[in-house]
Amino acid sequence: MAVASQRAPAAGPAATALLRLEDVAVELPSPRGVLRAVDGVSLELEAGRTLGIVGESGSGKTMLSRAIARLLPRGAKLSGRVDFDGQTLSALGPEALRRLRGRALAFIFQDPMTSLNPVLSIGSQLIETLREHLGLETPKAQRRAVELLGEVGIPSPEQRLKHYPHQFSGGMRQRVAIAIALSCEPKLLIADEPTTALDVTVQAQILDLLAREQRQRRMAMILITHDLGVVAGRTDEVAVMYAGRVVERAPTRRLFRGMRMPYTEALIAAIPELEAPPHTPLKAIAGLPPDPTRRSPGCAFAPRCPRSAARCREAAPPLAGDGQHQFACWNPLGPSA
Amino acid sequence: MTDSASDTAQQTGTPTDAPSLLSVEDLVVEYVLGGKTVHAVSGVSFALGRGETLGLVGESGCGKSTLARALLRLTQARSGRVLFDGVDLATLRGPALRALRRRLQIIFQDPIASLNPRRRVADLIAEPLRIAGITDAVERRRRILDVLAAVGLDAELALGRFAHEFSGGQCQRLCIARALILEPELIVCDEPVSALDVSIRAQIINLLEAMKARYGLTLLFIAHDLAVVKAVSDRVAVMYLGKLVEIAPTERLFRSPGHPYTALLLQAIPRPDPEAPLPERLSVGEPPSPLAPPSGCRFRTRCPRAATRCGEQEPTLREIAPDQFVACHFPLGRDLSNGGAAP
Repeated sequence: MAVASQRAPAAGPAATALLRLEDVAVELPSPRGVLRAVDGVSLELEAGRTLGIVGESGSGKTMLSRAIARLLPRGAKLSGRVDFDGQTLSALGPEALRRLRGRALAFIFQDPMTSLNPVLSIGSQLIETLREHLGLETPKAQRRAVELLGEVGIPSPEQRLKHYPHQFSGGMRQRVAIAIALSCEPKLLIADEPTTALDVTVQAQILDLLAREQRQRRMAMILITHDLGVVAGRTDEVAVMYAGRVVERAPTRRLFRGMRMPYTEALIAAIPELEAPPHTPLKAIAGLPPDPTRRSPGCAFAPRCPRSAARCREAAPPLAGDGQHQFACWNPLGPSA
Repeated sequence: MTDSASDTAQQTGTPTDAPSLLSVEDLVVEYVLGGKTVHAVSGVSFALGRGETLGLVGESGCGKSTLARALLRLTQARSGRVLFDGVDLATLRGPALRALRRRLQIIFQDPIASLNPRRRVADLIAEPLRIAGITDAVERRRRILDVLAAVGLDAELALGRFAHEFSGGQCQRLCIARALILEPELIVCDEPVSALDVSIRAQIINLLEAMKARYGLTLLFIAHDLAVVKAVSDRVAVMYLGKLVEIAPTERLFRSPGHPYTALLLQAIPRPDPEAPLPERLSVGEPPSPLAPPSGCRFRTRCPRAATRCGEQEPTLREIAPDQFVACHFPLGRDLSNGGAAP
């Protein structure tokens, strides 16, 4: 399997990484055969940094994030190694993992109802989390719950504690989910498309809130999204996924200044430009993403790639490059000046 | 009826040289939800010129999809009129309504849900022909092959397959083919690319643009993504809580929005550029419920420019620049591109 063996020397020694994935793969059973959702991903994330994982549907970005906490669907087969905060998660038992999730490692999802219980008031959900994970006594947990709701921008938090999730709007519900996720001071927050279901004006507010909390708490964050616009201004580094693999990875500014993998460039080019006059034809990517149950020996993007050559169809390129900027391509775009 | 259609066109800013194909006059749609009235569309008027693409933007719950459904009489309007080519749709019954509906089609957001997964593509595409009473087998076959080729699907491969065998992007191509097969004049596109991945979205937008040119279509393009709307629209209308707050030529609206809500939407767009400044803190809350819209201007509860008058008197659409209509007591006048004084 072609996997990046390069460690990033410029990004600091591996020992300081909060999260380290090594050759992580996830296979899912499907009616059409085994679906290799994540295909050998190695990544590192330092404490206090934000990593954007960008990909289209089916690229494996969500499965990769679930693999970190082993929140995988039944029947999924996980391989590779996950180290987080000095522990090897891939070796932990279910009980140890459960204690870790929601404490040092928290999630928020596209649909906040994934993490909220519809029949409990948000107060009891928050207080329960604080008591369970931090061992706070009820009066203290209650005070902390009010503080947390205030911090995430819920107006009149004391009254709102008694309310149920359905009494909140979508944006407010996501704020509650964020409050619960932050309540135990996690070291890593994984936000999976946290604003995709929200309107554009609410999206900007939620992204601001996440960025502010991330900075203040010096918490690491993985922001998973299909929207390059979302990662551009809000992440330190970006990993682009295609067909289960990381195909390009770089510090955010560096990536946007000069992408080397043709897929990344095509993905950015396909976004309509706000500055372009109406009826400017868009630069579409031809063809369709590959069928994840059928793996080709070559680069998965080759059939859609304008730069593909014979070699691209024969062997998958490894993720390679310098310590900062890595890409998986036999025929990369030139480095920018 | 033709007279009143052109009156409306003048009131709401269709460029006067384009005869209007669709005009909407003071349309009101309300429905009852758990004993309360939802004010989904509250007195919307606009006109759509033949051959024009009008973009309609707004956040979820603003009434844009309800408006689309009411235009096609898929939802009953409480009051107001929809004139298609000068004919009031509400006055038509039976065969006359069916004949008119052939000229008016709709494409929905979820292409997969729009197609019956258990039917073959040949039947799905031919269904409108059957409903329209086109029974000649040769004619049907010719039309099906034409339209599939036009939307970029291989008829040989597609016709015998079931809808569930296609990806989201291909299903949207099928939906477009089905909308085109009766050669309509107007297509209402309700969030046609929102459910698609970025790389597929551009293909479908380019396809819609090509189909518009080829079939001489008029489009009402509803979306919440402003960059997508800008790419296809000649004019853009902005809806907020059931009201039209601004309607203007596309470049004008993006360069120099007149309504504070339009400006807020433009500011909130995430740009795929790490050097672009992030929006200043948008401390503006969320849209209120359409069950109890605020008095006066419905945007005033989130508006940085709101004054007493905004709660007392409802602003109506007025022309603040050529063809730019804004419903605001205190419209913005500055040009965003030079950050300076009023134009």
